[in-house]
Amino acid sequence: MSAAKALGGPLRTARSIAADVREGRALAADVVEQHLATIGEHDEQVHAFNLVMADQAREAALAIDRRVVAGEDPGPLAGVAVALKDNMCTRGVPTTCSSRVLEGWRPPYDATVVERLAAAGAIVIGKTNLDEFAMGSSTENSAFGPTRNPHDLSRVPGGSSGGSAAAVAAGFAPLALGSDTGGSIRQPAALCGVVGAKPTYGAVSRYGLVAFASSLDQIGPFATTVDDAALLLEAIAGPDPRDSTSIPEPFARLTEHLDRGVEGLRVGLITELTETEGIEVEVSERVREAAAALEKAGAHVEEVSVPSVIYGLTAYYLINPAEASSNLARYDGVRYGLRVDASTTGEMYDHTRTAGLGPEVKRRIMLGTYALSAGYYDAFYGKAQRVRTLILRDFATAYERFDALLSPTSPSVAFPIGAKTADPLTMYLNDVCTIPSNLTGHPAVSVPFGVGAGDLPVGVQVMAPAMGEATAFRVAAAVEAAAPVGNPS
Amino acid sequence: MADITRAAVAHVAGLARIELTDDELDTFTGQLAKVLQHARDVEALDVSDVPPTAHPYPLKNVLRPDEVVPCLDRDEVLASAPATEDGQFRVPPVLGEAP
Repeated sequence: MSAAKALGGPLRTARSIAADVREGRALAADVVEQHLATIGEHDEQVHAFNLVMADQAREAALAIDRRVVAGEDPGPLAGVAVALKDNMCTRGVPTTCSSRVLEGWRPPYDATVVERLAAAGAIVIGKTNLDEFAMGSSTENSAFGPTRNPHDLSRVPGGSSGGSAAAVAAGFAPLALGSDTGGSIRQPAALCGVVGAKPTYGAVSRYGLVAFASSLDQIGPFATTVDDAALLLEAIAGPDPRDSTSIPEPFARLTEHLDRGVEGLRVGLITELTETEGIEVEVSERVREAAAALEKAGAHVEEVSVPSVIYGLTAYYLINPAEASSNLARYDGVRYGLRVDASTTGEMYDHTRTAGLGPEVKRRIMLGTYALSAGYYDAFYGKAQRVRTLILRDFATAYERFDALLSPTSPSVAFPIGAKTADPLTMYLNDVCTIPSNLTGHPAVSVPFGVGAGDLPVGVQVMAPAMGEATAFRVAAAVEAAAPVGNPS
Repeated sequence: MADITRAAVAHVAGLARIELTDDELDTFTGQLAKVLQHARDVEALDVSDVPPTAHPYPLKNVLRPDEVVPCLDRDEVLASAPATEDGQFRVPPVLGEAP
């Protein structure tokens, strides 16, 4: 039995909870009480949550139960608790981004995803910890202290959506939402032994998601099963007039394709991301086993080279800070959050930002300001955008021959707290396998597949072309079905 | 391209309105230099004839009918502000003199 299971999981699936609540076999109020009890017992150790919304969750559960009694259908996620990354706006409820600079801020509106969760009958149970403004790969950059991995409390849960991943792994909620700018859903999902997906850029509205790097950010689901992740994604995806980057076409149906198998599908194993230096040998082995399992299930599997992915990390760590430096200019003490008073507005800006922002956020803002500054723009930001085109072209070529691509999600299993905090570049290397999908805007799913060093979970990443979620989830379901017995989720 | 200097980091911090102590300036200079050093792996790539990508999904302008719809409530927005006056955000003097 894994440590995560010892903490409270494994949970019943969201699908089975919703079915019981809709049919009147279970009360949402009881479901919520069980989650709150588990959280109360174990979250002091894990610290998945910045805020547990006990009163609001109880009230929402009672409303769901009343609707069932009245003969109404509350929706496909009726009575299902969802943990929400604390960079998504909740009306009247503190939204901190795990930063001191947003202290005291209560958003005057709900994010679109929060509205859609409510419309589907889901219940937001709390706001989860993250690396400050989602900048990090370990959840150690939080102003409120780190989240711990439920499988081994001395290790990180990954990041930046570490609180959401840990909440699902620990059994605090069957579902969670995270945001993924360079792997911030998939990498913590891999490290915590749960399913995590980054949808196509534009598939899920970013209205009410606090902006980090706008051409890369995307909201996506965490769950214990591929089916549950698909169920949650279906509930939140689709066009939104309040997000101008939202894709206008209706989103694909996912859950009805999951059991179609992979017979005849062409799956490519990306050489550069599987055999690269720095990828743990057990991680590469699990990915190769997953590829072999897909072949056994009828897929045609081959290795494929995507040469420019080796430049992904460089392009990403120029584009991401550049966009972040612009987006985070708004934290100036004028309209919301922290203000450190001074005798002039200019000094007030300086003092507020200096006191309110943490070291990683300052690092990225400075890096981005530098990459965008006169004389360096063409050498850094301009070049990175051209490299981004090369990567898009290479993936387009690969998808002429393949329906889906495979790689590790994270180069390593969960690492000890503090192991990588001294050197930012070492921390950035965690994102090497996940970054390409953000640069291309393509969907990618991380599925638990056995364990690596220290019996810690390993994640396999399934990628597909833009709007190819139906294929990605179908392959992910086949990987899940073939996962070794004792899979840590 | 030369390594980023301590003076360049100090300049950039000023542009970004972040104050750094001498120790922080040393640490950040070393860390930024290391990241930018790693970024040099693209230096040898000739991408001069490759167009830049700013946005991964080809979307054109999104238009909607020009209709009046509800917007955020002013009092609710101002409730989260550090200081307000007469329905507006209040800030210290911009030019350094008391009003």
